[in-house]
Amino acid sequence: MKAFAPRSLEETLLRLGEHPDLRPLAGCTDLMVSEPEDRLDLPGVLDLQRVSELRGFRWRGETLEIGAVTAFSEIRDSPDVRQSFPALAEAASKIGGWQIQNRASLGGNMANASPAGDSLPVLLVLDAQIVLVGPEGKRTVPYRDFHVGYRQTALGPGEIIGWVQLPRPPQGATQFFRKVGTREAQAISKVVVALLASVSDDLITEYRLAAGSVAEIPLRLTEVEEAMVGRAAKADVADLAGHLAAHAVRPIDDVRSTAEYRRFALAQVVRRMTLQLVS
Amino acid sequence: MTLLGSSPPRPDGAAKVDGTLRYANDLPAQGIWHGATLRSPYPHARIRRLLWHPERAPAGAVCVTAGDLPGPNGVQLLDDEWPLLAANFVHHVGEPVAVVAASTRLAARQALKAIEVDYEPLEPTLDLSTAGRQEPLYSLELKSGEAEQELERAHLLVEGTYRTGHQEHIYIECQVMSAGWEADGTLVVEGSMQCPYFVHRSLVHALPLESDKVVVRATPVGGGFGGKEDFPSVIALHAALLARACGHPVRIAYDRHEDIVGTTKRHPSMVTHRVGVDAEGRLQAMEIDVVLDGGAYRTLSPVVLSRAVLHAAGPYRCPNVHIRGRVLRTNTPPNGAFRGFGAPQVQFAMERQMDRIGRRLGFDPLEIRLRNVLEEGDRLPTGQQMDESCSARLCLEKAVQETDFKERWQRLETQRIARGDGDSAHGIGLSLYFHGAGFTGNGERVLQSVIEGALLEDGRVEVRTAAVEMGQGCDTVFPLMAAEASGLLPADVVLAAPDTSRVPDSGPSVASRTSMVVGSEVAYVVREIRDRVLAWWSDHQKDGSGYTVEGGLVRGENGKGRPFREVSSRYFEAMEPLVISRQHEPPEWQVFDEETYQGVAYPTYAFGADVVEVEVDPDTLEVSPTKVTAVCEVGRVLHEKLCIGQVEGGTLQAVAWGLMEEVKLEAGRYLNDRLATYIIPTIRDSPEMEVHLLERPWKGGAFGAKGVGELPMDGGAPAAVSAVENATGIEVDAIPATPERLLALSSARRWVPSEPKDPQGDRGAKR
Repeated sequence: MKAFAPRSLEETLLRLGEHPDLRPLAGCTDLMVSEPEDRLDLPGVLDLQRVSELRGFRWRGETLEIGAVTAFSEIRDSPDVRQSFPALAEAASKIGGWQIQNRASLGGNMANASPAGDSLPVLLVLDAQIVLVGPEGKRTVPYRDFHVGYRQTALGPGEIIGWVQLPRPPQGATQFFRKVGTREAQAISKVVVALLASVSDDLITEYRLAAGSVAEIPLRLTEVEEAMVGRAAKADVADLAGHLAAHAVRPIDDVRSTAEYRRFALAQVVRRMTLQLVS
Repeated sequence: MTLLGSSPPRPDGAAKVDGTLRYANDLPAQGIWHGATLRSPYPHARIRRLLWHPERAPAGAVCVTAGDLPGPNGVQLLDDEWPLLAANFVHHVGEPVAVVAASTRLAARQALKAIEVDYEPLEPTLDLSTAGRQEPLYSLELKSGEAEQELERAHLLVEGTYRTGHQEHIYIECQVMSAGWEADGTLVVEGSMQCPYFVHRSLVHALPLESDKVVVRATPVGGGFGGKEDFPSVIALHAALLARACGHPVRIAYDRHEDIVGTTKRHPSMVTHRVGVDAEGRLQAMEIDVVLDGGAYRTLSPVVLSRAVLHAAGPYRCPNVHIRGRVLRTNTPPNGAFRGFGAPQVQFAMERQMDRIGRRLGFDPLEIRLRNVLEEGDRLPTGQQMDESCSARLCLEKAVQETDFKERWQRLETQRIARGDGDSAHGIGLSLYFHGAGFTGNGERVLQSVIEGALLEDGRVEVRTAAVEMGQGCDTVFPLMAAEASGLLPADVVLAAPDTSRVPDSGPSVASRTSMVVGSEVAYVVREIRDRVLAWWSDHQKDGSGYTVEGGLVRGENGKGRPFREVSSRYFEAMEPLVISRQHEPPEWQVFDEETYQGVAYPTYAFGADVVEVEVDPDTLEVSPTKVTAVCEVGRVLHEKLCIGQVEGGTLQAVAWGLMEEVKLEAGRYLNDRLATYIIPTIRDSPEMEVHLLERPWKGGAFGAKGVGELPMDGGAPAAVSAVENATGIEVDAIPATPERLLALSSARRWVPSEPKDPQGDRGAKR
């Protein structure tokens, strides 16, 4: 098996040009728990964690750009993230445990494309853009178009995630995050929910809701969003939001939970977040 | 000054912490070949054809199937019904069908692909309801008084059916076994095991070999919990067969996935109670039906059932009891020994039943228990009378006093009804339990455990037992007990490694018996050696003085002391080798009739009471155990820190079994066969623990110690679930009490309406 650990983006792209089938690595926290036999079948690996251009935070005007291999512990502790994107900092602090947070990266979480990825609903409600880079060049795509099917992404051959761009949220918007996992730490989500919303003059003016582990990909729940925006910010809308959320998703029974519980927990969490928003 | 009850450091502690201790899979692997196992994908099937294609396998690889066995195809435990390798039929998913060996682990796994198996799937029996139609694997009955008649007459009849699920041991160290044949035909096996002589017996039986041609060595064991009582025999046999076939020593080391798929678990249970009480809540009659899921083979199920039946009525007084027990056969992997050994299942049922009776009569959990608690002089359904070491009331009273249980339970009952939207639900629950110490019935008499002591050249005393240090601390406690009994220093006592060629059969390291049974005989042989040495010294000194040992110093009447080792090493030089062999005899009054199930089933009982506090998320029904107060009466505390450790560990294992640990099966296959999906608590999920150790020594030995290994497994689950009921009002009769189960039992489903409302319709409601 071939293994590369490039030190620069240039070198990375060179390797990908030569071997487009290399498996990019950005923490290995998903890869190394797969079946040993499956790992043997990999044509080769490309470790991105030493590529300095792909790590860290940078403001570009009103957009925070985060390198794809930035670890969740860095995101969790970043003052910029904590101040402007608290839901993302919260999600980063709930992924795995400290050891996992030190290795696992934002780009890895996206590229692994698990419907249960904890950071993914947050990126959806933050209206993230992602910059994909490959031997053919760069392109920017809205994150909500990135997941195209169960464990399928918009990445082309030899393409990797370079950066995540987060536009500064609207003034006065509140962010919520809740993970309902199998236990307190080292857990995979049964349901994970993110909400970004604003209330102005007693009206809900902004309502962006996303959830994970409730369908084959992380979902923006647009039916709920459309129904909420423009409503009076009163407690009874919370019930409606929960109710609509439960019907906007396609959960399944699996080894971690049941479809029934996922609908229930999603509805309850959305209701609670909405209650907090309007109270 | 007594050493017992203090907390000297454990001798194996530093090497376990710094990683220098060598476990079975850390031992040199030079020249070793590696084994792998082909397992059935079907819960029930006929094997039409089984072909080994060596040409498709890595060079040199060997394969062993049921057709290649030199002796009986049975793992000798209570009987040899459990096959080493499936022959003609498979009876559960994961059943070993063939084993292979090759020079590397990877090559061995690749060699599995060179085996061709043609199965004809057959109809499996997968659950207890259908399994009941077939002949049980084992059944038994215990009767006292006239339960049927008295139930008719009772003031109130309370019925309940309670279910518990599988539990996986998750010892840190997965199962490992190595086997090699010496030139003279001796088989040497070493690995991770609780019971070297169980493994020895199974090798002698199936290979078959002369007893002295088999040597079994237990390596330091990274946790057992019963999981290394039965299964190591299977792997040892596989490794021995492969080693013979390939001509190299062979190691089989399961990874976590294979360990979960392949090894035994706790028996799932279904326990049905019909209990009659009088108007004051006193138990009048009980009919209890205990059903255990044995899985595909009998393994140790009969003795698990025996312990279950003997604990099914709990530490309560009831004049008329009829308990029936059955182990049913299903096409799921065989279940086996697990800490508690049947007692946690039936006491979960009994404790839930007590709560239910209390609710029906308007008594809180404490009151209903106080009215029925077993006291000195009371008799168990076996007729055994409780002596002065019966401490059920003591534990109960201590637990409620430490936690202010009665008042808080009542307050939380009221709060539940008045709880506001979004407020966490708090609950508190109580359990009372007991655990028979040592082997059941005449087990200890049948075992004929032998313990040896020998004087070494350097004057220390070597103690030879087959007891295995698996974290429970016997290597720490034995020298303490020996020192207490003899006046020697703990450092004057050295423990021989558990190697069947060097130590006698002191019985298995199971059933909470190691300190209580083996430890008391360790103390005996060391004291005996001391006496021989002192008698000789007294003669030798010719001063007519009597000599004693205290604090490791031999003193005559003139008070001058010299180290025991100095005296004993001179004995060693001057005299014949000094070896004391001692066979354990249970107290003569411990007589049990296996036919009628009457008599003394256990020489003594340890008791406990747990108070568990929980917080339930008002939105998601997630349950967090916040605090456990465990009161355990263990006879005598031999080593305080280790004893508290046993209680904390067992209690956490029990609470987790009650709240989160769940083996999920689909068509007989474990769905969550890895640690990512079989959920055990992390430190963040663990409650604060407050442990109170109480002592009411029993008179039979071991300085009064009753055995503590399993006791704490009995109380955590029912107390946790009782707390959930206090918090939520949801009456849980099956565990684990996961949020999914709570949802299914609750009325909270209002959030999942069956018909989606039309969002457009709702739009009309906009301002």
